[in-house]
This record gives sequence, C-alpha cells and structure tokens, in this order.
Amino acid sequence: MAYSEKLIDHYTHPKNVGTLDKSKTNVGTGLVGAPECGDVMRLQIEVDETTGVISDAKFKTFGCGSAIASSSLATEWLKGKTVDQALTIDNMDIVEELNLPPVKIHCSVLAEDAIKAAINDYRVKNGMPALELEEKKH
Amino acid sequence: MELKLPIYLDNNATTPCDPRVVDAMLPYFTEKFGNAASRNHSFGWTAEEAVDYAREQVAKLIGADPKEIIFTSGATEADNLAIKGVFEMYASRGNHIITCTTEHKAVLDTCKHIEKLGGQVTYLPVAADGLIDLNELEKAITDKTILIAIMYGNNEIGVIQPIREISKIARKHGVLFFTDGTQAVGKVPVDVNADGIDLMAFSAHKMYGPKGVGALYVRRKSPRVKVTAQMDGGGHERGMRSGTMNVPGIVGFGKACEICMNEMEAEGQRLSKMRDRLEAGLMQLEEAYVNGNREHRLPHVANISFKYVEGEGLMMGFNKDIALSSGSACTSASLEPSYVLKALGLGDDLAHSSLRFGLGRFTTDEQIDYTIKAISETVLKLREMSPLWEMFKEGIDLNSIEWAHH
Repeated sequence: MAYSEKLIDHYTHPKNVGTLDKSKTNVGTGLVGAPECGDVMRLQIEVDETTGVISDAKFKTFGCGSAIASSSLATEWLKGKTVDQALTIDNMDIVEELNLPPVKIHCSVLAEDAIKAAINDYRVKNGMPALELEEKKH
Repeated sequence: MELKLPIYLDNNATTPCDPRVVDAMLPYFTEKFGNAASRNHSFGWTAEEAVDYAREQVAKLIGADPKEIIFTSGATEADNLAIKGVFEMYASRGNHIITCTTEHKAVLDTCKHIEKLGGQVTYLPVAADGLIDLNELEKAITDKTILIAIMYGNNEIGVIQPIREISKIARKHGVLFFTDGTQAVGKVPVDVNADGIDLMAFSAHKMYGPKGVGALYVRRKSPRVKVTAQMDGGGHERGMRSGTMNVPGIVGFGKACEICMNEMEAEGQRLSKMRDRLEAGLMQLEEAYVNGNREHRLPHVANISFKYVEGEGLMMGFNKDIALSSGSACTSASLEPSYVLKALGLGDDLAHSSLRFGLGRFTTDEQIDYTIKAISETVLKLREMSPLWEMFKEGIDLNSIEWAHH
C-alpha cells in the first residue's frame, strides 16, 4: 500500500504531539477508540475564553500511520478555529487531504470523533449541554 | 561486511531463490523444455529424468522414499490434497479430524470445508506458549477419528509442536498423522520415519526454491497411505495429482532441498545465534514480550510484542529499509489481529503490537544491528506519542477505562 507524501510527512514529523492540562476548565479532552481495535486517539483543545478560539491543540495516538497522521492533521486544523468552526471538520476532509485508502477511512472517522469528543468535554466543563453526535460507521 | 538495504526479514512469507537453484532450473525453460509425461521421445525422457532426480533430492531431505513424494503447486494444494484426500479415501472408517487453532489457513479453511461436507473437526486449543496438550489430543480421539493434522513449525511464532509424541499417539490409536511442514522442512531436521509422519505438506519457496511448487509426502509402508485425488486428469503422480509436471520448478525444488540437506545444520546455528541476538537487543526495551515457546522453536523466527505501540504504525517507521510482518489487524482488511497470537491467549492489544521476524540465508549481522537500532528508535518515538504509554507510565490500569468499541 503506497501512502501519500503528506501522510508520511505527518507520520514522520507529527505536529502537536503532547498533553494539555486536562484539569483546566478551558481544556477539552477527547479519548476515542480502544486498544483492542488497534486505535486509540487522545485529542485535546485549549480554548481562549475571551475569543472562543482554539489557541492550542495536542494529540497522542496509538495506532497505524494513518491514524497518527489523521490526528496530527486534525490538531493543525483545529488551531485558530472557533469551537463552532471546529465542529464543521468532516472526516472526508481528512481522507482527501491525506489521500487515505479505503481501508483507512476509519482512521479519519476516529479523528472526527476525537475532535467532537474534545469539544463536548469542553462544553460540559463550561456548563453547556453536550452535543448529540451522529454515529458514523467505522 | 557492508550493510545492504533494504533488509528482508519476512522469510516466513517467502524466501529469495538461491542463485544455485536458479542455475539448475534455467536449462529446463529452454533447451530441456520437454513434458515429463512424453514417453516416446528424448525431450520427454530428459524431463522425466530431471523430475526423478529432483524427487530423490526432495525425498532425501525428509528421509523418505522417492516414490512417496507427490509434487503439487505448493503447500496449500498439498494441505488440501492431504486432508480432503484422506477424508474421502477413509470415509468408510470415520469422518473425524483433529487439528489445532494455530494451523495455517490452508489447513483451517480446508477443515471448515470438511465440516460442510458432513465431517467432524476438533480444533485443539494451544497453551500460552503455543504448544498443544498431548493429553487433550489423545482424549479427542474417537472411534471415528481418521486423521490428526498438526503443523510442524508455526509460521507466525515459529513454535515446533511435539511431533514424535503426536505421532506415537496417532499410531497407538490407528489414526493417520498429517503435518504441515512448510516452515520446518529445510530449516530443522525432519525425518518422516523417525518422526512417525504419514503425510506431510511442504513448499519450495520457503526454502530458497521457486514459487509454485511443493510436495505432499504420502507414506507407502506401515501403514500404506492413500489419498483420493482432488485434481482429475492424466493420472500423473501415481494418480494422486494430475497435471503436467512443473519441470523447472521441480528441478529447482530438488536443488533447494539438496542445498538445505548440506547446509541446514550450519545455517540453523548461524540463524539461531543471530535471532537470539536480535531478540536480546530488542528485549532491552521496556514492555517487550517474546510470543511463543522459546525452546521448541524454529531457529530463524522471532515474534515480539511491543506493548502500547501498534504494529503497523511501528512498521511504517522503518518499512522503507526493513521488510517484516505484523500481527496487527491493520495489515489486513479484516481488522482482526492475528488469530495465532489470540490463540495463545494474548489480548488484542498485544496482538496488535506484534512484529514477526523471519531471518534467512542471506541475513547478515550488520542487518541485525541496523534492525535492532531502527526498531528500538521507532518504538521509543511512537511511545512518546502513545496515549496508552502515557497512561501506563502514570500507573493507570488500561482495563479500568471504558473504551468506546466500534
């Protein structure tokens, strides 16, 4: 299976690997996937409380190269977006950007789930109701 | 010696042809192209002689009589012929077959087919080290049992089953014993008489011969074993396998067996030393585990799980330079991790984190050094970005987390 250059670059030089302080109220954490499935993503956002803009995003991922690249790309896209804008990131955008092969589409779905889970964590922490999330097929 | 890249450590998948094998084969594509079944001219005689000689070379490697070798297209066909052929031939005696859960798919799927035909199949579990329990094997035998099918050496973990003990049990109960010897023949001494084997499948391309040729050993004396042909036609191979002989392939197979016969002992020692060094180097990493019994094992195989790192992600870190296999689901479309590792009782997480190393005739010490370094670096790098590693380091029990299953 040949991977795109962008994917390999994200795998080789992942952006924003790390951990944010999850005890802070302006940090949202999403942990999705399961070790048994071979993919676990943890994605975190830090929101600027005055502007509502995501000022920082970090990830850690256990998974294949596509999963690592999908989460690395997601953190890049999240930074500078408002929380509402972040909700519009669709897994198919990730598929397109990284040119993921069909068997790896679930990695992009997981990344989208991780974004939404992080946003929901942030919302709940800040007294907002969690959003109902549509189920995507993995 | 200079380091040669890329490094091939997937010799359980296939091996390169030994140049000596290719040299032996070449004339049989061009000037000696005859059909070994052509009885009435010199082209046919030349081809037949070559096949006869190869049959001797192949038989000698496993201590068999040349007449007991049935050439096939490979081990998968030989597995099919053995199991389906015995099932049909001995239908009047019974319909029960005993095998185990870590067999190759060519055996397991054939057994599934037998079940569809109305046969009964017992799939013995294996212990955590990959070995079957001989008591369980004996207990599984019924008066309907016609065949025990247990592999010699496992393709994923290299574990060697207690072949002689199995054959003793088979003999005691008058049951035939078939073994898939694909990974073992040419790597460790296999002797069909000393080992008590009645049928054995093996393949050329796992022992530095060409792809597309293999053999089924079928015992002729005490007991005389027969299999029903699964391929009908010209009645080749004593009626057990019709089809024009793959003469160049068979010649190459014979040469490959001869080379193994002469070099196996030294090669096995060299490879097991190298494998042990590879293993010791990689076991320097925290949370690395060798899968399968380390004592009863093929000399060239190692299977190691690197906990908290996913196998395919791991391979991507060095797959431009190092070729090997993973038990990870991500390497297959099925999304299921290795059934062999799961049969050992490994959790899915460890099965996903495994790499299989298959060393070979052309593996060098420099390549092993490079591999230890490249894999260690990648494991460390990926653990730095693994949420599971972080949790482990913080002392969080991963089983205490409610994971979202997909």
